[in-house]
Amino acid sequence: MKFANSLAWKNMKRKPGRTAALILLAAFLAFSVFGGSIVVKSLQNGLDSYESRLGADVIIVPNQARSHGSIESILLQGIPGYFYMEDSVLEKARNTEGVEVATPQFYLASASAGCCSVSVQVIGFDPETDFTIKPWIRESYSGDFGDGDLIVGSNIEIPSTRKLTFYNVECNVAAKLARTGTGLDNAVYANMNTIRQMMESSVLLGFDYFSDVPAENAISSVMIKVADSYDIDQVTGDLNIHIRRVEATQAKTMISGIAEGLTGVSRVIGVMVLMIWLLSIVIMIVAFAMIVNERKKEFAVLRVVGASQKMLSRLLVSEAGMISLIGAVIGVGAASLVIFPFLGLIREQLDLPMLLPGLPVILVLLVLSIAVAVIAGALTSAISVRKITRGETGLILREDV
Amino acid sequence: MKLRAEGVSRQYFRQGKGTNVFNALKETDLTLEEGVVTEVTGRSGSGKSTLLNVCAGLLTPTTGKVFLGDTDLYAQEDAARSRLRNESIGVIPQGQTGLRSLTVLENVLLPCVMYGIEGQETYAEELLEQMDIAELRNAYPSELSGGEMRRLSIARALIRRPGILLADEPTGDLDDENTHIVLSLLRKCADEGKAVLLVTHEAEAAAYADRIYRMEKGVLTSQEG
Ligand SMILES: Nc1ncnc2c1ncn2[C@@H]1O[C@H](COP(=O)(O)OP(=O)(O)OP(=O)(O)O)[C@@H](O)[C@H]1O
Ligand SMILES: [Mg+2]
Repeated sequence: MKFANSLAWKNMKRKPGRTAALILLAAFLAFSVFGGSIVVKSLQNGLDSYESRLGADVIIVPNQARSHGSIESILLQGIPGYFYMEDSVLEKARNTEGVEVATPQFYLASASAGCCSVSVQVIGFDPETDFTIKPWIRESYSGDFGDGDLIVGSNIEIPSTRKLTFYNVECNVAAKLARTGTGLDNAVYANMNTIRQMMESSVLLGFDYFSDVPAENAISSVMIKVADSYDIDQVTGDLNIHIRRVEATQAKTMISGIAEGLTGVSRVIGVMVLMIWLLSIVIMIVAFAMIVNERKKEFAVLRVVGASQKMLSRLLVSEAGMISLIGAVIGVGAASLVIFPFLGLIREQLDLPMLLPGLPVILVLLVLSIAVAVIAGALTSAISVRKITRGETGLILREDV
Repeated sequence: MKLRAEGVSRQYFRQGKGTNVFNALKETDLTLEEGVVTEVTGRSGSGKSTLLNVCAGLLTPTTGKVFLGDTDLYAQEDAARSRLRNESIGVIPQGQTGLRSLTVLENVLLPCVMYGIEGQETYAEELLEQMDIAELRNAYPSELSGGEMRRLSIARALIRRPGILLADEPTGDLDDENTHIVLSLLRKCADEGKAVLLVTHEAEAAAYADRIYRMEKGVLTSQEG
């Protein structure tokens, strides 16, 4: 209604302090709802993406991987690391009951000095048997991927020459991968021949990563897919018994650590948002009650000149609605300014994979957060409305403000 | 248009030891006729404002009915009663009643704007001229004196050209000259066909009134003569 809106607007302008305080409150509400939900959604996304990136049922790593930067820190946090075992493990794994596919992976931390362009994690895979990395690469890149080619994670800068050198092996950057929100974004991917070449070259350069394993026989991990009719637990147990000095781990248990962390963080954020909510709503109810009290006389005057109860409610609710809307837009904007540029920092603090949801989801959350704040403002003011409309104007009129 | 109060009374519940029912207005009949200024005088606290508010449709009487023309005011829904008041009853309430966030002109136009009635700006300016506050049209109520504010509420009560005019101490804050102006204006309204109720302390008002009543402890008595 035009009259209610224009009068509401004038009221807001004549009381800038009060209006600003209420706007701030609504902004706070929208900020917490939008910020909280984006962070929680990003965490969920990160976990999903990590899970699908891992893609294996069982992972075999050498025992020493437990003490050195483990596979989790390489894949999850993107901390460069390395560990090796003999490739005979691969054969033994393939000969184990229930193993459908076994494929090796190679991890080589690049040094930043002289020999390498950037200090990152290089991850190698065997294109013949790989089932975890290739499907993912295909999502962003459909061209050829041969010897001497690299595909880089989304955080890696591609030089204008499209060449990157690792341990004096010059490679050609073929493509950049989609963002995963995990340490995988900081890695560089090469096929088995390419990474083998780097590993051998690193020995010639005097890096001693391999100790007792000959570089030409070294692999870092074996990713295993278990045949449908077999129990993953059982197969994992068998692998641990049959192959010495390695550890077979179910991918699920690796992820469950993250999943637990995620549930914990989500819960904390949820509780915080809820508390901010309750607090804001209580403050809003009190604030509107006070405002209505202060303005009783004004409402009585409106009644005197012919405003119906309905018109008064509309006036107050539209005032509250406008204030909440402005506040919500500010709050959502502020949350965006905090979250989007600093997601990396937040991820580091939480030490969990995070991946922003897509634009449509963000927009939906944005609209919902604004709606929630506006509805909260309208509802809390509506509670106070009942107070003024119930009282008899003739009685209110005589009260001095 | 005629306004007729039939057997209206009003009780208040006062807080104190036990529930204390207070009869502010005893059963009263009052008719406001077209072209007639009806004056109600009486001491402070005698129930004058109570009677006026009951007539205005702003205070539900404990007993009795109020008829605006043939319409039973208190039998109407709130929305209908509010609209009737907007159209037909100009109320000048006791006390200061300008809306703080509106200018003088906007305050006067408020009853029109509220119901989407347009094109009343010239009439509003005219009323401001009559009330001698035209140069204050863009001021806010907080910048007005008590008397100026009172004239503002008179202009506001007249903007819809109501058939009934209910004035609760309209000259309360005014000096002699302005008192005279306001009272003659009310007289003129009656002469133009409005039914006017004038609640006042002013002895001078009697000269402008056709009928005079005196309120005493909620009892209204006619003071013919
Ligand atoms: N809400 C209320 N609760 C209790 N008593 C009330 C209430 N409103 C009015 N009264 C009492 O009713 C009586 C009549 O009040 P009213 O306002 O009608 O007097 P009045 O004649 O207009 O006085 P004044 O000349 O001072 O304006 C007063 O004694 C007042 O104390
Ligand atoms: Mg009074």
